[in-house]
Amino acid sequence: MATATRDAYGKALAELGAENQDVVVLDADLSGSTKTAAFAKEFPQRFFNVGIAESDLIGTAAGLAASGKIPFASTFAVFAAGRAYDQIRASVAYPNLNVKIAATHAGLTVGEDGATHQMNEDIALMRALPNMTVVVPADGVEAAAATRAVARHRGPVYLRLGRPAVPDIHDESYVFDLLKAPVLREGEDVALFACGYMVHVTLEAADMLAEQGVSAAVINVHTVKPLDTDTVCRYARRCRRVVTAEEHSIIGGLGGAIAEVLAEEVPAPMVRIGVRDTFGESGKPAALLEKYGLTAKAVFAGAMKLMP
Amino acid sequence: MEDYSKLKAIAGRLRRHIINMVAAANSGHPGGSLSAVEIMTALYFKLMNIDVAQPRWPERDIFVLSKGHATPVYYAALAERGFFSPEELTSFRAVNSRLQGHPDREKTPGVDMTTGSLGQGLSAANGMALGAKLDGQHQRWIYVLLGDGELQEGQVWEAAMTAAHYALDNVIAFVDWNGLQIDGEVSRVMNVACIKDKFAAFNWHVQEINGHDFGEIFAAVERAKEAKGRPSVIIARTIKGKGVSFMENQAGWHGKAPGQEQALQALKELEVE
Repeated sequence: MATATRDAYGKALAELGAENQDVVVLDADLSGSTKTAAFAKEFPQRFFNVGIAESDLIGTAAGLAASGKIPFASTFAVFAAGRAYDQIRASVAYPNLNVKIAATHAGLTVGEDGATHQMNEDIALMRALPNMTVVVPADGVEAAAATRAVARHRGPVYLRLGRPAVPDIHDESYVFDLLKAPVLREGEDVALFACGYMVHVTLEAADMLAEQGVSAAVINVHTVKPLDTDTVCRYARRCRRVVTAEEHSIIGGLGGAIAEVLAEEVPAPMVRIGVRDTFGESGKPAALLEKYGLTAKAVFAGAMKLMP
Repeated sequence: MEDYSKLKAIAGRLRRHIINMVAAANSGHPGGSLSAVEIMTALYFKLMNIDVAQPRWPERDIFVLSKGHATPVYYAALAERGFFSPEELTSFRAVNSRLQGHPDREKTPGVDMTTGSLGQGLSAANGMALGAKLDGQHQRWIYVLLGDGELQEGQVWEAAMTAAHYALDNVIAFVDWNGLQIDGEVSRVMNVACIKDKFAAFNWHVQEINGHDFGEIFAAVERAKEAKGRPSVIIARTIKGKGVSFMENQAGWHGKAPGQEQALQALKELEVE
């Protein structure tokens, strides 16, 4: 099975709406794409479309949170984290308001719309904000579980969702813990830390490494902030070599976060797989991932570079 | 004619607090605080249904200071109303103070919304107005104070659309139309005229008043409350620096603290008044 994380979010959100009257949803003219339309259809009284006005989207959500609601505000990642950055900073993060920014179409896999719509810097932007929690689900099961978890969590959250379908990694028994990065595969030689779209890609890379006799641990860092530093340090210590993989710039995202921690706690040779300080371009998602080096082959090569 | 002597006395105290706090901090925004004194006095000493013992009482009326730099008048009003002691006002803008340079709902009792980056307050007020409507609280009023220069921020007009689209007749916005911003006259920096026509075109209920006249403020709010199905804006003509001769209509006093001599002179003038 394969599901887009945005689809799983939309479905979970509609379920959540039935369970919790305080959940309200806002969108900025993209409800069909962000998948908030399902909630809108079932709970029109609790759905607010503000039109193509992302600053107002975030500001209105802040006001709803201040009056005790649990607002989920959705638009594309580039418009949420980018265009409305100051609104997120001043009206949400600083006052520590309970707003869930569920941003879809993050990263290169937006595809044909090109660089203006491919947000590869949002994890870095959101991670730098005090009070903010940053969650990047790897598959549909995790996206649904994360939607429920962030609704329970009190405080601002940036939930990063993708456009394309991704293979299911987790089964329905999966228990999502916001503070714990699950170890998907044990290994001794190299620790592969991934988030979002790159988790299933990294599992593939681990298979390729196994064929070469390299035992790779795979850790799904679904929450980039607060980072599960215990797990990160434990696996860096055990494996002595580290690769990070994310559908995001290598500057300031998952690779940046892990590098910061390990440089102080467990210095280890490291390779970061991600977009290398460049904008994207139009193209099929698969072609873009290939061109910009976000493939299992690239993660495999990164790990092999670290082997003696 | 109704006697507003009590409110005028409070307004006088707020003006003196403004001078004292800005002088003590040697930092802050006196001009746009002095222009909003009567509006704030009207809100906190007559109009708003609030409880100082429970600053977050869920059924209270709400105020959002969208022009967040006017904290001197805001804190002066909150202190005089009893949310904290007027003695605390001298800690304004100092390290470890609850009285931040711009409003902080997490730090200051009575502050309903954090603001400071201009243009964001009306969106937040709309969110609170939507929240009140969802909760069936039709008797709660959401007040917001905008600056005239602030109307240059595009988000204000995004929010103006939202308020009208969702028929937020529980929103009552004031524009403190003092005509000056940091770089000079609003009409020269970036003309926002005609403010009335702009809000009318956005389908708001629009009134224009003298923002230093209590009778006009109360009458306008009364009419605003009766305007069903539409948000209301009260465009209040004011004088920046009102009450202090050398500050009146001077853009230079937007964000500058008076020196000791100047503060004494200002306080003397306000005493006479």
